[in-house]
Amino acid sequence: MLLQLSSDQEFFRETTAKFLSDQAPVDALRRLRDEPAGYDADFWRRGAELGWTSLLVSEEHGGGSISGSGIVDLAIVAHEFGAHAAPGPLITSNVVAAALDATGGHPEVLAGLLDGTAVATWCIDESGRRLLDVDLAIRVDGDSLVISGVKRPVEAAGQASHLLVTGRTGDGLTQVLVPAETSGVSVTPMNSVDLTRRFGAVSFDDVRVPLDAAVGEAGAARPQVEHQFHLALALANAESVGAMQTAFDLTVQWGFDRYSFGRPLASYQALKHRYADMKSWLEGGHAIADEGAEALAGGDPRASMLLSAGKAFIGEYGGELMHDCVQLHGGLGVTYEHDIHLYLRRQTVNRCLYGTPSEHKQRLADLAEQQEEARGKADS
Amino acid sequence: MSEETVEDFRRRAHEWIRANLRPASGSTQTLRGGGDEQDLAEVAREREVQRMLFDAGFAGICVPTEYGGQGLTHAHQRAFNDELVGYEYPARLQVPPMTPCMAVLLEFGTEEQKKLHVPGILKGEEIWMQLLSEPSGGSDVAGALTSAVREGDEWVLNGSKIWTSGAWWANWGLVLARTNWDVPKHRGLTVFMLPLDAPGVTVHRIEMLNGNREFCQEFLSDVRVPDTDRVGDVDDGWTVGVRWMFHERMQYNSPYVTRPTGAAREGEKGSILNVVRDAGRLQDPVARELAGEALELGLVTEALNHRVARGIMSGTMTDQAAAVGRLLMCTSLARQSTLAFQIAGAAGGAWNDDDGQAAERGIDYLMRQTASIGGGTTEMARNVIAERVLGMPREPSLDRNVPFRDVPRGSARS
Repeated sequence: MLLQLSSDQEFFRETTAKFLSDQAPVDALRRLRDEPAGYDADFWRRGAELGWTSLLVSEEHGGGSISGSGIVDLAIVAHEFGAHAAPGPLITSNVVAAALDATGGHPEVLAGLLDGTAVATWCIDESGRRLLDVDLAIRVDGDSLVISGVKRPVEAAGQASHLLVTGRTGDGLTQVLVPAETSGVSVTPMNSVDLTRRFGAVSFDDVRVPLDAAVGEAGAARPQVEHQFHLALALANAESVGAMQTAFDLTVQWGFDRYSFGRPLASYQALKHRYADMKSWLEGGHAIADEGAEALAGGDPRASMLLSAGKAFIGEYGGELMHDCVQLHGGLGVTYEHDIHLYLRRQTVNRCLYGTPSEHKQRLADLAEQQEEARGKADS
Repeated sequence: MSEETVEDFRRRAHEWIRANLRPASGSTQTLRGGGDEQDLAEVAREREVQRMLFDAGFAGICVPTEYGGQGLTHAHQRAFNDELVGYEYPARLQVPPMTPCMAVLLEFGTEEQKKLHVPGILKGEEIWMQLLSEPSGGSDVAGALTSAVREGDEWVLNGSKIWTSGAWWANWGLVLARTNWDVPKHRGLTVFMLPLDAPGVTVHRIEMLNGNREFCQEFLSDVRVPDTDRVGDVDDGWTVGVRWMFHERMQYNSPYVTRPTGAAREGEKGSILNVVRDAGRLQDPVARELAGEALELGLVTEALNHRVARGIMSGTMTDQAAAVGRLLMCTSLARQSTLAFQIAGAAGGAWNDDDGQAAERGIDYLMRQTASIGGGTTEMARNVIAERVLGMPREPSLDRNVPFRDVPRGSARS
C-alpha cells in the first residue's frame, strides 16, 4: 500500500481496519462459510456508511472521495479488505456504482448502492472466452433490448438486486442494468475457494428490458467496459496485496516464535533466505499495485500495462508467497483452524477473476505491440 | 535563490537533448563487437557527451553547485532521464563512477578532495572505478587483505583487487585497504583514492565466458599514496564502506545517475517484442505469453525501485531496504534472460546474422547470473533483508571480536 498516506487517508484506513477487525474477525469469517450470502446485510450497510461504495461516485450523485482521487482511496479500502479477508461484494458494487455515475442513469439504483441497502454486480466473464471477449448478445428489438447468453463466474450473483450486463451488439459492446428478478434471468450458485465470496452462473434466456435499461450508448460501451475492467484490476490487485501482507506478517511472527532444535525458525539461513524472497515479492506487489492505481486515477496511458503487470505478478508471485507461508507453518498451515488459509483463499480467488496471470501476460504483449504501432505511426 | 521548476527544466532538457545528442545506437557489447578499439572510441564519445552535459548545465543535477553540479532535486534528474529516452548517454560513466564512487566522495571527502575531483568527474575528465572486492574474499569485502602501511606522509599499498569494471580505460579508483591487523576486521580498514596509472599498479584484464573483457584485476605492488588522498579516518574505513555499498545498491535509483527512464525495463537491447518478431513467433501465443512475462517483470522491478527510493528518501524505509529492490531486480533479470532465450527457440543455440534480435540470446542466457553476482551476491542481499530489514537473528560468524590476523583464512585462486 502507499507509503505515504495523507492524514485523512490514514484516518480513513484506520477506521476501515478497525471496523473490519471488530465486525469481521477471523472467527466470524469461519462461521460465514455456511451463510448463503457470505456476509451480513447490516455489516454491509454500516460499511457503506463509512464510504465503501461512494468513493468512485461524484458529489453531484451523492458520493465523494477522501483525497480527490477516489480510485486511490478505494484501493486503500480494498487493501484492508484483503488484509482482513473481509466479506462483502466490494469490487462489483463499486464497479457498478462507477458505471452508473459515469452515465448518469438509474439514480434510484445508485442511491441504494451508496447507502448499502442494496448491492449490484457486474456480469462480464464468460466460459471459454479470451479476456474481455464477449459472446452474450444484446440486440435492439423495437423499444426493447433482448439479452441472451450465459455469464460466469458472477460475484454476488445471488445477492445483487441489479446486474450490470456487458454484451455484444453487432461489432460493438452494450451495457444494460437488469433487475435480478426480471423474467428469463436465472442464477445457478457455483462453488468457490473463498469462504465468504459467493459466485453464480447467470443465464439470460431472451431477457427483455426497456431501452432505457441501457447504461451508456448501445453498441458504444467499449471504453466504459475497459475502464470498469481497469477499476476491477486495481481493486483486485490492492486486495490481494493486503492478503499477502497479512499472511507474510503472520509467518514472520511465526518464524520468531516457533523453535525447533533449540533455535527459532528465523535463525536458519535456509529459511531466512526464503523470507527475503517473499519480502521482495510482497514489496514488488505493493509497488506495482500502487503504481497501477495511481496511473488509473491520474488518467495516465501507462495504466493498462501497469494494471496487467500487477495482475500477473500478484497472481503468480502472490501464490508463491502464500504457499511458502503455508510451508513454513508446516502441518498447521493446511488446517482449517489456522488463519493462513483465509488469506490464501482471497489471493487465490482474485488470481482467477478478471484474467489469470497467463491472460494478463498475453495482454501485456498485445498492449506493447499496440504501443509500438502507435509510436511507429507517430514517427512516420 | 529560486530553483528552476521541474517543468521548465524538463522543457529545456527536451530541447537541448534533441538539438545536441545522437539517437541511441542500440549497439551492445557482443562477441562480434569491434574489440578494444571500438570500446575506446565509445568511451571517448561518452566523455565528450559528459562534457556537453556539463557545459549545458545538465551534469550532476543533484550535486551541489560548489562542486560543479546543478544543486537541483531528484525530480529534476528524473525529468531529465525521461527526456533522454531514445538518445545516447554516457552509460559507462554512471555506475560505478557516479555512484558509488562520486557519491562516496561527496559524503566522506574533504572540502579539498571534493573541489579537486568532483568537477573533473562531472566534466568527463576523471572516470572513477571501485577497487573493492578481492580474489580471496568475494562478498566478504570487510575481510580485505590488501594492506596499507604508513610511512611518514604516505601510505604504501600492497595486494590485489578484482572485478573492477573498465580499469583499463578509467583514471581513478577508490580502494578499501587494511591498516590495522590487530583489531577485529571491521575496525582496521581505511579508504584511499588512487590514480590507476600510479607506479606499482598493474591492470590485468579478465575474459568473461561471453568474451567480454571489461572486468579487471589490479595488482598493487608498493604503490605510494599521499595521506591527503585518504578518504575518511584511519581505521574507520568500514563506516565509509557501509555507505559505499549502500550507494552501490542504489544503482540506477541514485539521484546522481543519468540514464534514460525505462532502460532497466526495456533492457539495453530493446524491446522483447523484437525477439519474438525476429524469431518469427509473433502469432504464437506461447511466445507472446513469455514476452508478456518479461514485460511484467520489467514494470514491477521499475515500480519497486521507485517505491524503495521514495521509502528511503522519506525515512519510511531503512537504507537497507535497497537490498529488497536489488534482489527482485536481479532474480527478474535472470528470468528475463531465460525468457528471451526460450522465445528465440533453436536460435538460442545456433544463430546467424539473419536472426536479428533472436541472435545471441544463448550468450545472454549463459551470462544469466551476472547481475545476481556482481555488486554483492543475491545471497548477501537475502541476508541483509532477513537480518537488517526483517530483524531476524544474524548468522553466527567466527571473525567478530577477534584480531583480524587471527581469523582463519582459506586459500584462493589469485
